[in-house]
Amino acid sequence: MGSRSSHAALIPDVDHIRRETGFSQASLLRLYHRFQALDREEKGFLSRLDLQQIGALAVNPLGDRIIDSFFPNGSQRVDFAGFARVLAHFRPVDEDDATIRDPKQPEPLNSRMNKLRFAFQLYDLDRDGKISRNEMLQVLRLMVGVQVTDEQLESITDRTVQEADEDGDGAVSFMEFTKSLEKMNIEQKMSIRILK
Amino acid sequence: MWTWESDILCVLVLLAWLVGSVYPQALSGPGLGPELLHHWNNSGYSVVSLQWISVRAPFLTTSWTLVALFSALVFHLSHKVTSIVPESALLIVLGLVLGGIVWAADHIASFTLTPTLFFFYLLPPIVLDAGYFMPNRLFFGNLGTILLYAVIGTIWNAATTGLSLYGVFLSGLMGELKIGLLDFLLFGSLIAAVDPVAVLAVFEEVHVNEVLFIIVFGESLLNDAVTVVLYNVFESFVTLGGDKVTGVDCVKGIVSFFVVSLGGTLVGVIFAFLLSLVTRFTKHVRIIEPGFVFVISYLSYLTSEMLSLSAILAITFCGICCQKYVKANISEQSATTVRYTMKMLASGSETIIFMFLGISAVDPLIWTWNTAFVLLTLVFISVYRAIGVVLQTWILNRYRMVQLETIDQVVMSYGGLRGAVAYALVVLLDEKKVKEKNLFVSTTLIVVFFTVIFQGLTIKPLVQWLKVKRSEEREPKLNEKLHGRAFDHILSAIEDISGQIGHNYLRDKWSNFDRKFLSKVLMRRSAQKSRDRILNVFHELNLKDAISYVAEGERRGSLAFIRSPSTDNMVNVDFSTPRPSTVEASVSYLLRENVSTVCLDMQSLEQRRRSIRDTEDMVTHHTLQQYLYKPRQEYKHLYSRHEITPNEDEKQDKEIFHRTMRKRLESFKSAKLGINQNKKAAKLYKRERAQKRRNSSIPNGKLPMENLAHNFVIKEKDFELSEPEEATNYEETSGGIEFLANVTKDVTSESGAGIDNPVFSPDEDLDPSILSRVPPWLSPGETVVPSQRARVQIPNSPSNFRRLTPFRLSNKSVDSFLLADGPEEQLQPTFPESTHM
Repeated sequence: MGSRSSHAALIPDVDHIRRETGFSQASLLRLYHRFQALDREEKGFLSRLDLQQIGALAVNPLGDRIIDSFFPNGSQRVDFAGFARVLAHFRPVDEDDATIRDPKQPEPLNSRMNKLRFAFQLYDLDRDGKISRNEMLQVLRLMVGVQVTDEQLESITDRTVQEADEDGDGAVSFMEFTKSLEKMNIEQKMSIRILK
Repeated sequence: MWTWESDILCVLVLLAWLVGSVYPQALSGPGLGPELLHHWNNSGYSVVSLQWISVRAPFLTTSWTLVALFSALVFHLSHKVTSIVPESALLIVLGLVLGGIVWAADHIASFTLTPTLFFFYLLPPIVLDAGYFMPNRLFFGNLGTILLYAVIGTIWNAATTGLSLYGVFLSGLMGELKIGLLDFLLFGSLIAAVDPVAVLAVFEEVHVNEVLFIIVFGESLLNDAVTVVLYNVFESFVTLGGDKVTGVDCVKGIVSFFVVSLGGTLVGVIFAFLLSLVTRFTKHVRIIEPGFVFVISYLSYLTSEMLSLSAILAITFCGICCQKYVKANISEQSATTVRYTMKMLASGSETIIFMFLGISAVDPLIWTWNTAFVLLTLVFISVYRAIGVVLQTWILNRYRMVQLETIDQVVMSYGGLRGAVAYALVVLLDEKKVKEKNLFVSTTLIVVFFTVIFQGLTIKPLVQWLKVKRSEEREPKLNEKLHGRAFDHILSAIEDISGQIGHNYLRDKWSNFDRKFLSKVLMRRSAQKSRDRILNVFHELNLKDAISYVAEGERRGSLAFIRSPSTDNMVNVDFSTPRPSTVEASVSYLLRENVSTVCLDMQSLEQRRRSIRDTEDMVTHHTLQQYLYKPRQEYKHLYSRHEITPNEDEKQDKEIFHRTMRKRLESFKSAKLGINQNKKAAKLYKRERAQKRRNSSIPNGKLPMENLAHNFVIKEKDFELSEPEEATNYEETSGGIEFLANVTKDVTSESGAGIDNPVFSPDEDLDPSILSRVPPWLSPGETVVPSQRARVQIPNSPSNFRRLTPFRLSNKSVDSFLLADGPEEQLQPTFPESTHM
């Protein structure tokens, strides 16, 4: 498709975004079309409302949390660069990435650590670097059916926090979070194959 | 009441009658029918058995059907057996046994699966069912892949199997046979096609991912066109004689492929259009409404058979295309009737097919054994299937966004089961033209039995083994379980946002076209409106509240609890019937208490502690396992011939949807009114409690309006303007009976939905003090003040619109107002696309 490259040039700041996210030209273009489709009023940015329209997110227990992660620091809009940056966390890790990369450069967005950090900040609402018991409880509440009573939920929360909490402060720090998941194949689990 | 059992019963009788009444024709087809009747006429019973002869055929058919159904019943008594051995395999074995008994008694193979019976009466229901319940979105999303496997794959299988067998034949390994190349190709073409009946019967038990399922399933349905063409072409070539086949004939064969497949599809689409149009006007003949669905679809099958087009394609596409409009047009009861009747006909047919396959095999006349031919056929079809799959997948994976992995390919190759279609085709062969017909028939039977029984038995362990190999065996920790599930949700959300699975240019175009033209023509006006998802959800939530209200009343034997002002009762009104899980939690609590008893033996104390931990762990894990919401990939049911999915997923969707909307609305409102979030959250909690009390003490909900409330009311009036009208429309479509039917259905499944959970409602930046959850009725500052929301909502609710309003009790019901109001102005979330295209 010859028109692809000319289209790609339309994306503002395309080279910078590519470097930052590591997306291929084609993926970036595809995402840009998606971005434009979501941006119904052609504002050039997305608002919360734009993302909330996606029907499937309304039935995703963590949907709204994920929407919020597109709007860091209380901003009300996200441009394409920001949009792509969030999605870049889910780019699959390719083997040659690690070798080619300049050690001086920051870790790529799709590294294991960054994937985990993305998940972590969905829990850590007050951004204090710790998942408190309450924050854990809220997430659990989102994720279990209404059949589970509050008492059960609290007991589950306590156990979950206890299991991960190593320094005994009743909260899960990022390090503890990472540690509790060290056996899990995050690279695979938090990657979407189509986001190359 | 008109329940589904009575439905089934009626239809069962109908089916028996139907099969019975058509059977004489089936008998008089190419088979042993006429001779048999003759035989009976000659045996001297004539005076006594006069009645018997006229009733004999339907009677026998019905009895056999009954036997088949009974056997299915017996097999399913023990789920253990059917989960290991596929039902199809059991039925074949049973058929063999029964056939053996009959043959031993009579020395006549009295009852076989004739092609007429199979193609005209048994196959159509199965295929219609597959089409009507086809997950359209998935099907069209993978249409390219399916077509490749169905067309190229089948041709490849036919050609390679036929040619290789011919090669071996030339080498002399098979001994003397009166077959030419064309006969081998003919055999190859009829044995090549993967069978829709057999594949589904086995794949339903094996839980594979949805993409894989739809590919194999779709392939087995669509390859019919190829099979039919190849079969017809080679049959005519064989008739012509090998040396007379010209290039023109080959070209004609290729052309006929396109004619047969596209023509069949077209016939199906046309009939689907007709059917949709007809159901648009059946409002006043509700009773025969379901009849139209079956008759018109069957007519599409017969029409395309008449035009010698692909009948399977016709009825498949008829089902696929009409499902959306028919489901929207016909009444709830008719939809239920259609659903159950279709499932019953399909699984009944399947049962009969497999049993008859077994019975048909017991006939010494058809058995001709040729070890080399049989074994080599088995080897070739398996090997070439595997090679074909790998080659095609390799090509496809360069274009597909979702790659097919090695495990998928293994399952796909191994899942290439052959079935009754091949058998019926081979029986149709003319013995005068195809000299070795009997060899072909016996080989086909062997192939069918081998694939269905052996591969059907082993595919499940194989899949499990392959899967286990990939994931290490370890009990996941709580954190891993929880976060793992969270990751799944995150991933599917990101997929939705990046839109790469659900977004497609063609589909957008199509749904535009559909909305603008097709739906306008084919759907009732009321149906078009009630498609408004929000309204649906709202309606259902209302219903649910009413039901839990009534259920609660029944449980307590009276409705007195509602009026009782005691706090004790209030706490308990959470609509949840006591559940074993609650008991479990308290068990762990009890255990913990027990530790405090004096115990000096440190070791045993330690042990005890550990065992308590274990129990608690188990309980916790169990609860999580059971109640964690499932990520999208897991819970989407695809298609099952034997089960009508219990809508677990819809329930989950509703729960989450409800919750999300409530939250969005909260933040939306607070943003508009500028209320401090934290405060609001704190208030909200109290409010909900208070309001519950209020509602219950004043059932009709008449509360004095206050100033503050006015703000809300005015705003909300705006939101609601359009609603009452639409609501009346909606109620028009769903009659009173449906309401009753739903009540009975929902009482059991949804009664727990009313649990009041404060943690849902507050916004993200929630004040932690709320979560410490001092019960409001204990906190000193709490007085029973009419809640803001109660004040806002109740005076404003138009009674024509919410007939359930006075019943409303839980905080949830108020939210269903909000739910209905909020999104209209705020956003129009399309409810998950799973249910429609």
